[in-house]
Amino acid sequence: MSTTTSTGMPRRQPLRRFLDYAVLSVLAFVFALPVIYLFLGSLKPSDEVLDGLSGFLPTHLSFDNYSAVLDALNSDSTGYFWRFMGISLLLAFVVVTGGLFVNSMAAYGLSRLKWRGREAVFTLVLLLMLVPFESVAVPLFYMFNDQRNTLPILALPFIANAFSIYQFHTFFRTIPPSIEEAARIDGAGPWRTFFAIIVPMSKPAFASVAILTFLTQWGSFLWPVLMVSDPSVRPLPLEMSVFQGQLPPDWGQILAFGVLLVLPVLVVFAFFQRWFVQGVASSAVKG
Amino acid sequence: MSGPAVAGLIAFVGIPFCYAVVLSFYNVRLGSPLEPTFFGVEQYRRLFTDPDLSGPFLRALLNNLTFAVVVVPLQTGLALGLAILLNRKLKAIGLFRSLFFMPVVFPMALVAVIWRLILARSDQGMLNSALDAVSFGHWGAFDWLGDGLTAMASIIVLSVWQGVGFQMVILLAGLQQIPGELYEAAELDRASRWQQFRHVTLPGIRGTLVFVAMLTSVLSFRVFDQVYVLVKGGGLDEDATRTVMYQAVTTAFDQNNIGQASAITVVFFLIVVALTLIQRRVVRPGNED
Repeated sequence: MSTTTSTGMPRRQPLRRFLDYAVLSVLAFVFALPVIYLFLGSLKPSDEVLDGLSGFLPTHLSFDNYSAVLDALNSDSTGYFWRFMGISLLLAFVVVTGGLFVNSMAAYGLSRLKWRGREAVFTLVLLLMLVPFESVAVPLFYMFNDQRNTLPILALPFIANAFSIYQFHTFFRTIPPSIEEAARIDGAGPWRTFFAIIVPMSKPAFASVAILTFLTQWGSFLWPVLMVSDPSVRPLPLEMSVFQGQLPPDWGQILAFGVLLVLPVLVVFAFFQRWFVQGVASSAVKG
Repeated sequence: MSGPAVAGLIAFVGIPFCYAVVLSFYNVRLGSPLEPTFFGVEQYRRLFTDPDLSGPFLRALLNNLTFAVVVVPLQTGLALGLAILLNRKLKAIGLFRSLFFMPVVFPMALVAVIWRLILARSDQGMLNSALDAVSFGHWGAFDWLGDGLTAMASIIVLSVWQGVGFQMVILLAGLQQIPGELYEAAELDRASRWQQFRHVTLPGIRGTLVFVAMLTSVLSFRVFDQVYVLVKGGGLDEDATRTVMYQAVTTAFDQNNIGQASAITVVFFLIVVALTLIQRRVVRPGNED
């Protein structure tokens, strides 16, 4: 990024600067209202959440809803809250780490190694990138119907990912070939070159692919809807849908559940947002 | 080295995709004792022209089209406005950027639930009571999600709220690639802010803008989560908001009609591919990268 501001704004306009802040603050406030409502409501007694504009008043705040959710979801018939959370974390872990492994390796093979059929395979990957998961959900549901309510099938379809391969491929292409030549002269094979030299150099690519995969996986909903009916393997977002459908709705508890659902991604976002934003932006601008 | 991932892609994307095409030509039901029978294009005929069966599907197609036609310009325009506002060297600008981006990380199932409260039909719902306050008590309670006229508008609003930050980030990156000298030259020529936008900003991000618009249109045909959650538990008007994917899932899951659901899937895929091809064609000439 250059040191000149993109808009080239001179210093002599304090009024305009003030207006910029004013417009931004108003917009940001409106935009943040649903989030404020979520967090505030999760801390209020249930009958004061859906209560007109006073739903925004911070009254009678406590963590009671959180303990109530953990109590409500604590039996075999309802499922266990920590189990929903555990399933989601486990699936995210498997899909992210497994995905980083196989997709980076695939991209390395497709971008830096020379072998017969490489171009054809890369074309295939680019073509498969056009196929959204939605268009294979129904046949997968039919093919793996006897695997419903088992854990592996919830993760397996998402590990190999054409878009991740593409992102790694784009990054690996920018690494100068001289680095690998030096490694080859030192007698390193492709595997060692990859793990000892390429991987450590490619932290930004790994970070942005990991974050993007984690976000997508954490909110994953369509596949669990089709494949899970048993609460013992139900991931959190699906349980969010089940829990909010209870009658009569206990709004305090539902919002507390919501906060617990979004907290892990918010934490990841807070710490790694630079990588995420860069990853999204660069892949899109270059794409 | 490329083996495992490529094998995974073939097993979980390539084969199922081809299988969907095959299944769409069969009368195949889950859990049915009858063997699948070849059906030709009967599934497609039923989807599009059967007077008894095509209703919900055509409605889903129309709903989805409406969603896309409104969301694409709305969300792209809003994202561009935000990106321009946020493309400044102001103090705390990073904080503002994060704030507008934050809903993107929210799982759609949760977004649906938050908006279920905001749009609640009781007079205690957030929107209803806000309207009541500004109209000095003249506004009665309105069932935003349950009324056929506003159900889709509600889905649009919550979807744009959740997704606009994503497009904003992409456009922001596009804006930052426009050389600052162009604006300095424009200032020297005494170009107004509007003229700068019209003659420097817009041409500079044309490619990114087209990309974002097309990405949004593909995404808008994938809409499913929020509709499903709100129909199941939020009193959302099902007929006014069913989308193509919603139709595919309910046909496969609730009716066990795999053949028909596969045909819907194939139609869905053709729409997405058509949009992607249009994008390629439009972006190519203006994209120097």
